[in-house]
Amino acid sequence: MTKLIGYVMHSSKEYVCVMQLHEPVSEEDLRRVLREFKGTIYQKPPLRSSVKRVVRKRNIYEIELLEYTGSMALIRVSCDAGVYMRKLCWDVGLMLGVGAHMRELRRTRTGPFTENLNLVRLQELSEAIYAWRSEGREDLLRKTIMPGEVLACQMPKVVLRDTAVESIVNGAKLAAPGVAMVSDKVRRGELVALLTLKGELVAVGKALADYNEILGMEKGIVVEPVRVILEPGLYPRAWRKRGP
Amino acid sequence: MEGDVTTLGRKFIEGLGRLCGFEERFYVKVDEGTDGRYGWVPTMRPIDKYVEYGVINLDKPPGPTSHEVVAWVKKLLNIPKAGHGGTLELPTLLLGVGAGIP
Repeated sequence: MTKLIGYVMHSSKEYVCVMQLHEPVSEEDLRRVLREFKGTIYQKPPLRSSVKRVVRKRNIYEIELLEYTGSMALIRVSCDAGVYMRKLCWDVGLMLGVGAHMRELRRTRTGPFTENLNLVRLQELSEAIYAWRSEGREDLLRKTIMPGEVLACQMPKVVLRDTAVESIVNGAKLAAPGVAMVSDKVRRGELVALLTLKGELVAVGKALADYNEILGMEKGIVVEPVRVILEPGLYPRAWRKRGP
Repeated sequence: MEGDVTTLGRKFIEGLGRLCGFEERFYVKVDEGTDGRYGWVPTMRPIDKYVEYGVINLDKPPGPTSHEVVAWVKKLLNIPKAGHGGTLELPTLLLGVGAGIP
């Protein structure tokens, strides 16, 4: 599952942050300036950053003022991955003409992971592990940890027949006869999740046809896997061996 | 028994998108079930496998870095591989992924 983190890390984010204004401005002015940041913005990564410092284009999908005291503003921002919130606050201050900086930051969403999706604290995790290790109780741990399949929840899905699973695990491309079900969100060229009929994530790959084409195909490659997740040996080998 | 696994699997698959508000409809190309002898419905994996193939939506406290938290979680769970979807800034919501695909 660690192989899939990159896909989640590069998906959209939502933050709540406290911005301190260096001089008071009217709420009206603040709201007007914040609105201007909605849409495409340009940002250069800060001096202390781990990426190349070139100006980048990023989208701000939503920016909302939650509370305002006259010097501190609580804002909620939904944006692409790679938006620097500290920089955004600074720029809002520049636009207002009074200066501002970020005081506090909390990320409230990364891709599908919201605060409502089974968010757990370290304390709860450690208690769940204790219950499992010392008392042999699995139930808490099963509630604390989610099946890694949730990483693929927002990907269109293609479900494999049992006979196709092991060949995909071993690096084969998915041919039309191996498909059991297909989601109506599958589009040519886009990333899809390959699942077993039990729901196990086998791989993620690039769809080579739309879902309706896949439904009608009798042969040919329909998905090219890019990352295999499932371990080998769970499903039987169903392909014929070459040779005598 | 085989019918059971197929029904549970189907439920899991259809619930997956719904879990994060992703609307999709499935079309059946080949109507067949799955053999209960192979693999598991993800929620029913034996506990070791469940942990290995699991993810945690972890509320990281401010202070320790994502790296440090991942190291603690690894130690707590005694797993060789874990990663995170946090970044180098100041992430509070960390996705700790406990997984050990050898």
